[in-house]
Amino acid sequence: MTTPIRSAAVRWFTPNRFGLAVLLITAYAVIPFAGSDYLLDAVLTPFLALALAALGLNLLTGYAGQVSLGSAAYLAVGAYAAYNFNLRLPGLPFLASLVAAGFVAAAVGIVFGLPSLRLRGFYLAVSTLAAQFFVQWALTKFGWFSNNNPSGVIDAPPLAVAGLSFSGAVGRYVFSLTVVVVATLLGTRLLRSQVGRNFMALRDHEVAAKVIGVPLLRTKLLAFGVSSFLIGVAGVLWAFAYLRTVEPAGFNLDRSFQILFMIIIGGLASIRGAFLGAAFIVVFPLLLSRFGAALLGNVFDSGVLEMSQRIVIGALIIGLLIAEPCGLIALVDRVADKIRRRVFPPQSRPIHN
Amino acid sequence: MSLIATAPGNSLIVARARERATVHSNVAGGTPRAAGAVRVDAGAPVLTLQSISLSFGGVTALDGIDLAVAKGEIRAIIGPNGAGKSSLLNVVSGLYRPGRGVVQLGSERFRHVPTARLAAVGVARTFQNLALFKGLSVLDNVMMGLVHCRRAGFVRQILSTPQARREEAKARAAAEEAITFLHLGAVKHQLAGGLPYGILKRVELARALVARPRLLLLDEPLAGVTLGEKRDLAAHVRNARDAYDTTIVLIEHDIGVVMGLSDRIAVLDYGRKIADGSPDEVRSDQAVIDAYLGVAHEGETELVI
Amino acid sequence: MFDYQFFIEVLVGGLLSGVMYSLVAIGFVLIYKTSGVLNFAQGAMLLFAALTFVSLVERGVPFWLGAGVTLVIMVALGVAVERVVLRPLVNQSPMALFMATLGLSYVIEGAAQLLWGTQVHGLDLGIKDIPFEVGGVLISQFDLFAAAIAGTLVTAFALFFRYTRTGLAFRAVADDQFAALAVGLRLSRVWAAVWTAAGVVALVAGLLWGARLGVQFSLSLVVLKALPVLVLGGFDSVAGAIVGGLLIGAIEKLAEVYVGPLLGGGIEAWAAYVVALAFLLLRPSGLFGQKLVERV
Repeated sequence: MTTPIRSAAVRWFTPNRFGLAVLLITAYAVIPFAGSDYLLDAVLTPFLALALAALGLNLLTGYAGQVSLGSAAYLAVGAYAAYNFNLRLPGLPFLASLVAAGFVAAAVGIVFGLPSLRLRGFYLAVSTLAAQFFVQWALTKFGWFSNNNPSGVIDAPPLAVAGLSFSGAVGRYVFSLTVVVVATLLGTRLLRSQVGRNFMALRDHEVAAKVIGVPLLRTKLLAFGVSSFLIGVAGVLWAFAYLRTVEPAGFNLDRSFQILFMIIIGGLASIRGAFLGAAFIVVFPLLLSRFGAALLGNVFDSGVLEMSQRIVIGALIIGLLIAEPCGLIALVDRVADKIRRRVFPPQSRPIHN
Repeated sequence: MSLIATAPGNSLIVARARERATVHSNVAGGTPRAAGAVRVDAGAPVLTLQSISLSFGGVTALDGIDLAVAKGEIRAIIGPNGAGKSSLLNVVSGLYRPGRGVVQLGSERFRHVPTARLAAVGVARTFQNLALFKGLSVLDNVMMGLVHCRRAGFVRQILSTPQARREEAKARAAAEEAITFLHLGAVKHQLAGGLPYGILKRVELARALVARPRLLLLDEPLAGVTLGEKRDLAAHVRNARDAYDTTIVLIEHDIGVVMGLSDRIAVLDYGRKIADGSPDEVRSDQAVIDAYLGVAHEGETELVI
Repeated sequence: MFDYQFFIEVLVGGLLSGVMYSLVAIGFVLIYKTSGVLNFAQGAMLLFAALTFVSLVERGVPFWLGAGVTLVIMVALGVAVERVVLRPLVNQSPMALFMATLGLSYVIEGAAQLLWGTQVHGLDLGIKDIPFEVGGVLISQFDLFAAAIAGTLVTAFALFFRYTRTGLAFRAVADDQFAALAVGLRLSRVWAAVWTAAGVVALVAGLLWGARLGVQFSLSLVVLKALPVLVLGGFDSVAGAIVGGLLIGAIEKLAEVYVGPLLGGGIEAWAAYVVALAFLLLRPSGLFGQKLVERV
């Protein structure tokens, strides 16, 4: 290649990458100093954990086309595995526990992904529920997982990596952010590689994929493995950085559906969609409770809040499936495109795109 | 001999129109394959079917089909609706398991062709109703055609090791070549999902060709497109055979195009092979005429095409 | 020494509760056969029906009037679902439709509880749950009653679909949607009929399950009991739903009694799924599901 360095640099610096850079700088350099503990603790940290889980599920469902209704099980496996690594191997650095927990979740995901080799569609979707019920049962039933807590509750120790403490609200946020950024980077690379193409080929036409030589067995299990790895790591963040005390009941079917809804709302087969969906699911109830309380006063109690939240989210999903099956991200992209066209009319647009 | 430039600027694409001859030279790079490379049709067949029978429940789809396809030929399989053409292709690609018979691909003999190894055995195919990956770009679709050559595991791919990069670059180059060959350059970054049918037919052909298969199976390659596109596609199929040095078995409904395109034609009716020969032989075969027109004719009736 | 009497008692108890699973599963099959949708909202519909009925009765509405009004509401709900959710999604993939019903179940659950409150309601159908003895085996009177009701309903549906015009249209649509359209059947009418039928099933199942568990949010989770039944019996087979329900009911109880203690108990939550999965690995289209030849 004989491209001049300057033009290569210009080409590298696309508007998308510019946006990403601004986002990252804000996330690392502005928010930790400007954000309140409430914003960090109740909004951003859970957002990051759930976004990673949504990304993991999107890999499996959005990209590889295998619907899973048991994501919360892998969150739980990740959380409990990290807890046990941390508890039973005292010398193990926390980052190693985190990665090992991801691998445990991946192994569990592969086992429960085995039916995908014979089952398709609804049969597979239903079979993924087995993971949901089995894992929740095992964590409640066997005291070993929770160090013999009678109801399976675990308390996460304070976060610390290489002697640095991440136990404050800011620390836990920055830790989650870093994990999510790295995991997203790896996920993106995976999707842009041949493996990513194999995932989508599997989703779009399984027979054709088989005929041209996509190793179906390996590809499907890899999709289940990678997906549950990411969800497992998200579970570690959920338990160690966000809640710090978790119980098996917290990883119920509703949680699984919540993650599924994030990718439907945000956008199937879109990494940005997973983040947008997670942001929506985290922020929307907070906004709803503020508005509801302001509008209706005391009538708007927590019961009413939960019910109206269910209705709105359910209706939104139906509405999106009808009007915009590609999710909110497609909507955002369209609006952004329109604005860009207005600001930079096509002829004067920068040539590097 | 005439030269047809299908896309200027690429030596590979300057395909040599093959006359119905038995001598054939490798056009890639413009040099003959080997000293005195004379290929005789009577040599080892690329595909041999021996008494293939297939039935669904009680319905017989194929009944004792024998077929030998010589290297380098374009062999059409025609027949009325329900004659068993698609079933035959599905048997060769292993999607159906024949009740009886043997499929021989090159030197390997199969009772049931392993579909997962099909590409590795050197066979590629297209589908009647298109089987593209809608969510992938045209370029990615074509690159998928080389998936069976990929060796780098997913960890290497994520880490982008030299091996993974090399494979990716090789696949991309081959895909770009196939895309140029089939004039798809203008749409190569578009998603397959949104493109018109005629173009998608070519994309599917490119995806099958990119792996340089020894045997290319085309399931109704000319169906469902306009007359103009039909002519283009027929030319592409012929050029593909020459430029990519492959052997083609195609199923077609439209006898007219097939007559001009194929070297030999096999005719199926009710799951049996009723004729097999050059277009001229088939054209004047009484059994074929009867099968297509549904009536017995006397004398010299020729199939009007 | 193996206690056969106890075994039979467990088995009968399992079969009887299996009938209740079948009942829920049939609601799924009706809709799946005609529109190819796995209607996850079936559980929410069940909750909605039971909650509506109980709330009406608690407000002094007589039993039968309450049942009638609830039925009308369920029919209206079914028609509305067809109009608002299914029709706009008619050309979408089955998975998109499934996700839409998932959203629908959230809407219905939320609406039911917003409307009628979240407290647990008792529901008394006037059947005392006193076990009686047949040949040394104890059988629950309520289970028997529920099984009888479910059996009657299933028979009534079978007759309806065999001998009425709507039934014929239903079978035609189930067989081939496009062919049915081509001969002039009105899909929307068939769909409305099917959703009505599913509404009836939801009401009956809701009352029976509600009387057993109390009418509350968790009632909608009964759907999770029906899913392995569907997997086992095939999504498109009424016979499969019945046999699958009985099998799952029996296996679940037997597993809980005989295998459960070895694993620390509570395996009811997943035993049915594991059994259904193990079975499916041997026979991917279920007990009675249609095996389709893949056409390419």
